[in-house]
Amino acid sequence: MKIKIIALMAMLLLLASVGWGQEEAAIDSTVQEVIPPGPPLNLKAFDKPYDNGHAIDLTWDLSVDDGAGRNNIIEYRLMRADSPEGPFVERKKLEMGKTEAEDKGVKEPDDPNYFPREHDFYYKVVAVTADAEAESEVVGPVRGIGQWYNAGKNPVAVAVVLFTVFTIYFIFKAKKGAELYIRPLAGIDAVDEAIGRATEMGKPILYVLGLGTAADIATIASFTILSRVAQKVAEYQTSLIVPCYDPIVMTIAQETVKASYYSAGRPDAYNQDSVFFVTNQQFAYVGGVNGIMLRDRPATNFYLGKFYAESLIMAETGAVAGSIQIAGTDEVTQIPFFVVACDYTLIGEELYAASAYLGREPVLLGTLKAQDYAKALVIICCIIGFIAASFGWTWFVEQFHVGN
Amino acid sequence: MRKGPIIITAAVALFFVISWIIKSGGAPEGSSSYDAIAEGFWLTFAAFLTLAILSFLYKDNPFYKFAEHLYVGVSAAYWMSLGFWTTLVANLFPRISMTLSEWFQVEFISYQYHFWVPPILGVLLLMRLSPKGGWLSRWALAFIVGTTAGLNLPRFLRSDFIEQISSTMLPILVNWQGFGDFFTNFSLSASGQFVSIVSNFLVVLGVLCGIIYFFFSKEHKGAFGAASRFGIWVLMVTFGASFGYTVMGRISLLVGRLTFLLDDWLGIISG
Repeated sequence: MKIKIIALMAMLLLLASVGWGQEEAAIDSTVQEVIPPGPPLNLKAFDKPYDNGHAIDLTWDLSVDDGAGRNNIIEYRLMRADSPEGPFVERKKLEMGKTEAEDKGVKEPDDPNYFPREHDFYYKVVAVTADAEAESEVVGPVRGIGQWYNAGKNPVAVAVVLFTVFTIYFIFKAKKGAELYIRPLAGIDAVDEAIGRATEMGKPILYVLGLGTAADIATIASFTILSRVAQKVAEYQTSLIVPCYDPIVMTIAQETVKASYYSAGRPDAYNQDSVFFVTNQQFAYVGGVNGIMLRDRPATNFYLGKFYAESLIMAETGAVAGSIQIAGTDEVTQIPFFVVACDYTLIGEELYAASAYLGREPVLLGTLKAQDYAKALVIICCIIGFIAASFGWTWFVEQFHVGN
Repeated sequence: MRKGPIIITAAVALFFVISWIIKSGGAPEGSSSYDAIAEGFWLTFAAFLTLAILSFLYKDNPFYKFAEHLYVGVSAAYWMSLGFWTTLVANLFPRISMTLSEWFQVEFISYQYHFWVPPILGVLLLMRLSPKGGWLSRWALAFIVGTTAGLNLPRFLRSDFIEQISSTMLPILVNWQGFGDFFTNFSLSASGQFVSIVSNFLVVLGVLCGIIYFFFSKEHKGAFGAASRFGIWVLMVTFGASFGYTVMGRISLLVGRLTFLLDDWLGIISG
């Protein structure tokens, strides 16, 4: 019995010591105090300049523990509320090291990201570590106000005004009958030759307007060249095939070709089915056009307009079919393919020049001249800017920086 | 009819059927026999269409014609259908008509009367089908071309004009600390001072000469012609680099198709 009591006492003692040890460990763990990071300082919020009033810009100084101190900041959180007391809603997470943010929303009231204009908001920024947070002071009220004029786009406004003045001046000059010189381009001179070849061979001419919409500048330029080609085709009584990718482009192309046949005095020869819609899917369109090339064997292929990945496929098929090929696009990435696979290529702006050269309309000639003067201005600005940048005269260079 | 085409067509049909049967047997466990047959058919059909399109490299033939017409027809119908459901049903009807929204089972948003403008322009476009009212379609076309050209003018002037000028204003002497420092720390590394100076100089020279090439109001003779020729050389070097880069991309597309044929269809290479 005595032994049992001693054993029981020993067990109780053991249990007590284990319990005390655990309690001490628990006390130890609470001793490791969580130290919050330094808060972001000097938070400032102000209306975003030159916008539609649905954004606020914020700046602050880094927490002392961001990049220095304990260097344990993970991120910042931008919080917004309708009153200084809150409740604050998180608007954005920002990486460590950031000292500015834009709180931007949309104007549609039913959108979850709606940002009301001229509404008072309060902001704070929270510096976050792995186990603690520290808030900046609350700033506000601040409200987003819309501006009628975006002064950040002044360089664009100046360019628009200058270009418009040049254009109007040269259009009037051309209308008064002034001789506006345009240097000859090999691709343009080849147009008549190519049409003549098709006539001699008794084969059709294929005219591809590309994948652009009716609003693309390259497509618009292509319409002018199509007009000229269609007029020649009508005069020479050759057939013309114009497969279209876009229904609206097809409509305009039909109008253009029809007008050309009328002006050539051959309205009877106009066949509306020569300008037709293929499909609105890129490679299916290519398949269709390639099929036409292989079956109808056109003597001349024109690829003038906006082209993408299909350029090489079409140009290569045309070369295999033995056609004379004249291409032109302002899509820089596709020009190399036309250069290697076509007989003549109008590079970029030469396409616009071609339309003016062939059309000889005062509006187009005037615009082309205005572009040339704008280019001269660009050269002058670049040279001055180059010198200014080299000597550290930043004022001139900054005049060309466009804001959002 | 000649025997040759008949034999070729029969051989292709037989090959197609054999492939279909084999691929139907390799369906994953748990799938029904119908699924396996359908899976086998579509896989074989995809392989057939791939080969039919590639047969164009030999010459035009009935298989290519079939694939071409199928592709054109399906894509035209698909885009028309997509246009109707995503443009008219999803965007237009919920803003102009509660009845039509209910009819097509889309949520009505609210009456927004300016959304009547697009359908009116659309109807005007369709007027070209009318012999007498065809001229009305020109109003819609004028609206489309005019608004987009107007919207594009400031956009292009910014991206293709102002920002190009701004990007060309580069200093010729990068981090210049004198000739002593330049020769002491001379390096041909891509981020080194010498390469930066040469690079900036070439950018400025290339841009100026490139612009001169696109100057149409003056004949390219003398110094102007020399600058223009240098400009076209710069352009051609750029095009060459772009060509090589894009061809590499196209090769990867070809590899994708070959992988489909050799792995998914024939199973002769590991995936």
